[in-house]
Amino acid sequence: MANEKGSRSLWALGWKRLRKDHIGFVSLWMVAAFVLLALAGALGLVASGWRNEVAKPYAPPTLLKSLGPKHVQLTAENIDAANKASEQANGQPSTGTSLTADEDPLAGDLAEASKNEGQYQEAATQKAETLPMGADLRGRDVLQKVLKGTSTSMLVGLMGSLAAIVLGTIMGGFGGYFGQKIDDLLMWFYSVFTSVPDMLLLLAFSAVLRRGISTVILVMALTSWTGTFRLMRAEFLKHKSREYVKAADAIGASHLRRMFVHILPNVSYLLLVQFSILTVALIKYEVILSFLGFGVSVTQISWGSMLAEAPAELIQGYWWQMACVTLFMSILVTAFSMLTDSLRDALDPKVK
Amino acid sequence: MFAYIIRRVLQMIPTIFGVMLLLFILFNWVGGDPSYILAGKSMNATTLANIRAQLGLDKSQFAQFLIFVKQVATLNFGISWSNQQPVSSILAARVGPSVTLTGFIMLVSTVLSISMASLVAYVRGSLTDRMVTLICTTAMSVSALVYIIAGQFWLAHKLGWFPVLGWGDSFAKNLVTYLPLPVLLGVIVSLAPDLRFYRSCFVEEMNHDYVRTARAKGLSEPKIMLKHVMRNALIPVVTSIMMSLPYLLVGALLLETFFAIPGMGREVIMAVDKSDFPVIKAITIYIAILTMIFNLLADIVYKLIDPRVQLK
Repeated sequence: MANEKGSRSLWALGWKRLRKDHIGFVSLWMVAAFVLLALAGALGLVASGWRNEVAKPYAPPTLLKSLGPKHVQLTAENIDAANKASEQANGQPSTGTSLTADEDPLAGDLAEASKNEGQYQEAATQKAETLPMGADLRGRDVLQKVLKGTSTSMLVGLMGSLAAIVLGTIMGGFGGYFGQKIDDLLMWFYSVFTSVPDMLLLLAFSAVLRRGISTVILVMALTSWTGTFRLMRAEFLKHKSREYVKAADAIGASHLRRMFVHILPNVSYLLLVQFSILTVALIKYEVILSFLGFGVSVTQISWGSMLAEAPAELIQGYWWQMACVTLFMSILVTAFSMLTDSLRDALDPKVK
Repeated sequence: MFAYIIRRVLQMIPTIFGVMLLLFILFNWVGGDPSYILAGKSMNATTLANIRAQLGLDKSQFAQFLIFVKQVATLNFGISWSNQQPVSSILAARVGPSVTLTGFIMLVSTVLSISMASLVAYVRGSLTDRMVTLICTTAMSVSALVYIIAGQFWLAHKLGWFPVLGWGDSFAKNLVTYLPLPVLLGVIVSLAPDLRFYRSCFVEEMNHDYVRTARAKGLSEPKIMLKHVMRNALIPVVTSIMMSLPYLLVGALLLETFFAIPGMGREVIMAVDKSDFPVIKAITIYIAILTMIFNLLADIVYKLIDPRVQLK
């Protein structure tokens, strides 16, 4: 890939074309920001405190407080006050929650507990009434959660598709380059894996493996290498009889060297496009898997496990967690899809 | 043609063997010893030994694989581990709701997306075209989950236009009462990607020379679109629909879970949740066979609608 005058490499040309494409360039920066966020989250630099219960349960978003339900948290005083109010309104004593000491089987225990209460001093933390993006059931900051969830989902998508690309390229390379028996065997693998729908295969794998981020990545790599395999097999088949590969053979380059030093750089632009398509697909799969409970484990957080809390919250009127996840996810997926389209245009060698 | 079909059917045998091997490795090696799951609370050495003997786990790996091969060959997958019913009767009860649901989604979404795609492709480059493409891209960026959660909440719970969930015994009641909302949401989810793909098929055909020739000889625009462009553009469309048919059987698993429709997809999820291996294995085998049959059908249909295609 010499960058000489007159003949510039495909990558340099592609970069030049991508910079001219405004939408593609903006998408590139947005995706880069998300990748940085994923790395920072994985290293614990961002949102490491997402588990902390910093606010009252379901504290509303600061700016949109009026759109949520009126009550934030019911206390015993609220209930008592409501009971008193209804008593006065009806003019008769309500059944209420108050029991005499004889009727209440727990009265003795409670009296002792309140006597000893002073011994167990809890550090009283001031719980916030509102947060920028609201809080969830346990008073955790939705913004922190969504940042950590973004990090998890991105990491699963990126690592999963990287592993799938490596697997698919190696297998496709061997199949296309050597042909014959190796190709037959690999094509058999390919037909086996493509005859079962991805989602079903993902579920079958996650039925037998234990839950966790690394399992999700492994499962995704094992189920989604097929597209890259087909692509790379066709490319290696086409390139192996080209003159430059024959020339490499003539100067004594080994098979592996010809495959991965000579042919691979010439087809690598296809891999970049394939990588970005696959990442988006895997992020979407991860969301569904985690939602169903077959993805990340319960101690981790991802977009899918956040969405899993959404139906129960919506019924009570707490819409912010779902809105927040949807916003983050659609920004990333839109940027990634636009970047994919721009990359495809920019790196197509037929366009000069 | 006949020889071609025979050859393709024979080619399915090694593939189905591979699927069997994959499932066997997954569930018999990676999955660990299922007798612990099955014994449950009454776990002691005799129960475990009994269960192992019943499942054939005390035999050699090869003999166990032969048992599985026999199950697949006779299509008798034994009994479910979670509710002790024959797997075949469970699956037979699940096919109907799944096919009803996905069939209607497929029908409505295909008719809508093809007609919209041809219209949008006809005015390609215009503001309408760009707006539709933009809306599709945005719509595709939102997870299917969000559409289903939001749709179920607002349309069924808040506005009360549809029942929140459920499924009945009679086809007519399902069609009128329970089906509309899941079908609507399924169509919303699949419309945007279909529309974009079909639009690109149409646009590609409309750039060909034969369209200009047809215009030059004075054919009316509807005739060009319907008779010339449509026929060519539908070739990739029909293929993609044929290929997606078996996927649809499990593809609606989210809708089935949300709306409590007793279909295949929900069964898969429940089976994975309860480690009900026989059910997962049976469904995977059936879907794999269906996928291969539909791939073959897709190639044959391809030949029928496009006489230029040579089957090799």
